[in-house]
Amino acid sequence: MESRDKILELIKQNQPEAKSLPAVTINSVISFEDNYQQFKTVLESIGGKVELVDSIDAVKDIFLAETSSGKMVISTIPTFGEIDQKLSSYTAPQLEVLERAYLQATLGVAENGSVWLYESQMVNRLLPFICQHLVLVINKNAIVPTMHHAYQKIDVARDGFGVFLAGPSKTADIEQSLVIGAHGARTTTIFIVGS
Amino acid sequence: MKDHASLAQEFITDEPRTDWHDETLWFVRQKRDKAAHGLPEWEQLREWASGIKDHTLSNLNTYLTQFEAQAKANGIQVHWAFDGEEHNRIIYDIIRKNNIERIVKSKSMLTEECHLNHFLQSNGIEIVDTDLGERIVQFRDEAPSHIVLPAIHLKKQDVSETFHKHLNTEKGNNDPQYLTEAARIHLRDKFVASQLAITGVNFAIAETGGFVVCTNEGNADMGAHAAPIHIACMGFEKIIPKAEHLSVFLRLLARSATGQPITTYSSHFHRPRPGQEMHIVIVDNGRSKQLGRKDFRNSLKCIRCAACFNTCPVYRRSGGHSYHTAVAGPIGSILNPNLDMKANADLPFASTLCGSCSNVCPVKIDIHEQLWKWRQVIVAEGYSPKAKTISMKIMSMVLARPAVYRFSGMMARKMMRLVPGLFKNKLNPWYKQREMPEAPKDSFREWYLKNKK
Repeated sequence: MESRDKILELIKQNQPEAKSLPAVTINSVISFEDNYQQFKTVLESIGGKVELVDSIDAVKDIFLAETSSGKMVISTIPTFGEIDQKLSSYTAPQLEVLERAYLQATLGVAENGSVWLYESQMVNRLLPFICQHLVLVINKNAIVPTMHHAYQKIDVARDGFGVFLAGPSKTADIEQSLVIGAHGARTTTIFIVGS
Repeated sequence: MKDHASLAQEFITDEPRTDWHDETLWFVRQKRDKAAHGLPEWEQLREWASGIKDHTLSNLNTYLTQFEAQAKANGIQVHWAFDGEEHNRIIYDIIRKNNIERIVKSKSMLTEECHLNHFLQSNGIEIVDTDLGERIVQFRDEAPSHIVLPAIHLKKQDVSETFHKHLNTEKGNNDPQYLTEAARIHLRDKFVASQLAITGVNFAIAETGGFVVCTNEGNADMGAHAAPIHIACMGFEKIIPKAEHLSVFLRLLARSATGQPITTYSSHFHRPRPGQEMHIVIVDNGRSKQLGRKDFRNSLKCIRCAACFNTCPVYRRSGGHSYHTAVAGPIGSILNPNLDMKANADLPFASTLCGSCSNVCPVKIDIHEQLWKWRQVIVAEGYSPKAKTISMKIMSMVLARPAVYRFSGMMARKMMRLVPGLFKNKLNPWYKQREMPEAPKDSFREWYLKNKK
């Protein structure tokens, strides 16, 4: 406890006099004519794939067809079928061979092409990261213009973990050459349900 | 120890590489501009970010206490470290207690600042850095040269040679795609087998007791979600009041850093997963002292985007290693003299004071003004080079006495004409890469007196 009290005491002595917190006014930020179009444009520019579908059943059909491929494919979307009871306790060695994961996301953000995923939508925190290919589903009317709008809609502390995820894993650490597929998913496809 | 100027001199001996370094970082700066100009509210965002950080610094004691209580309630174990040594010791104790042998670490400038890898290595413990750039420099036994782009001083041939040696990749295969794939396979094994994951912290939220880690590669997540124990290390200035403030900072961070609209992963950690142990180490290491320095405290607003690196004409042409500290560039030059004024007395002088750093800073730190203020502190405290101090004193004596000034000017002009070798030699730093000017017959004053009618 010694260092804790010492640090807090020094901070108390040295911190400047109180300054007020600025109000962040959401109505003064950028807006888009078509949130979906903006989301699609941005996400494609950062390596993501966007597919517009009329109904989530179209995605379910793709998932079901893939389950017979012999590769490990997992969905955590309840309407796609029963979710493996033990999925939440699967460890990295068990999930290492995961080819594709299908997850429902909460919302999309038009300005940056990211989606928000709650831990409950992943079931297992490793899922969106360890899979070779990631498939996400969001509703078209769940795309908000900016991060300000997104944080109004989510509760970051609701689950133990949550993530804004924008496109596939990438790096440019070798001579600034962009390479898709660093440690996480090599591809990220977002199915947007709506018309 | 070599200072910035002599280390920079070594860096620039390879001219094509220096040009490449300069142009590449300028390209990153241009991407930042494009991203910033895409948002009409950019300046407003900077203003908000600066204001939120100012407010937070003025209430740090309250917010840190609140954060600690919330994090504990969330089931996270909170540790406090007064300095780098204590930070390292806390991590070492967790490692020993759990008999841990396999450790992965994502990028954390704080652990670089505390020399964690070196400390653990000297105690027989290996850490695997998992950010691709950091893994490359770790293989080469080098330090990162940039806080966002750790291997920006290297070319793909260098990486290829390094990977050939350590990962047995094909000799001479310089394809970044191929090399990245080799690292992916190598590091997947490390993630899957790891017993402990260490990450940094980009933002810690006082209101909710959670923290956010941003990466493009996904390496922080691969580590943290695979390992049974996760330790997140943060300097205490990473705190922000509320989750809603993340919107302001996440909009600014990646745009300022690389011109991306957001990093691929912005991960919000609030509670350990079932069966997992989660620790946070809150570190001071000189920060409370910096907080007490009125002229320099707002350097603690930094969110480590490195926009000031990419724009800096000195950084771009001297390379990160010339700053001989964990955090290089303009922001490093105002943070490091606080940590060790004597060892880092050269850094505030590694600047043209052009002010570009302050103009791109997303949290509006007056970096170039602080560089100028540090110079004054360093000279007043007697840490400037003796030769410089003496010549400055002579200069001010001459400039303060018109008769002495005129006489020395006249002598200098005469000598430059009669004995040019006195000036055109290696001992005169002004002659390096420059021609000396032709000395005119008259001084301006003499010319003016003759021609004023």
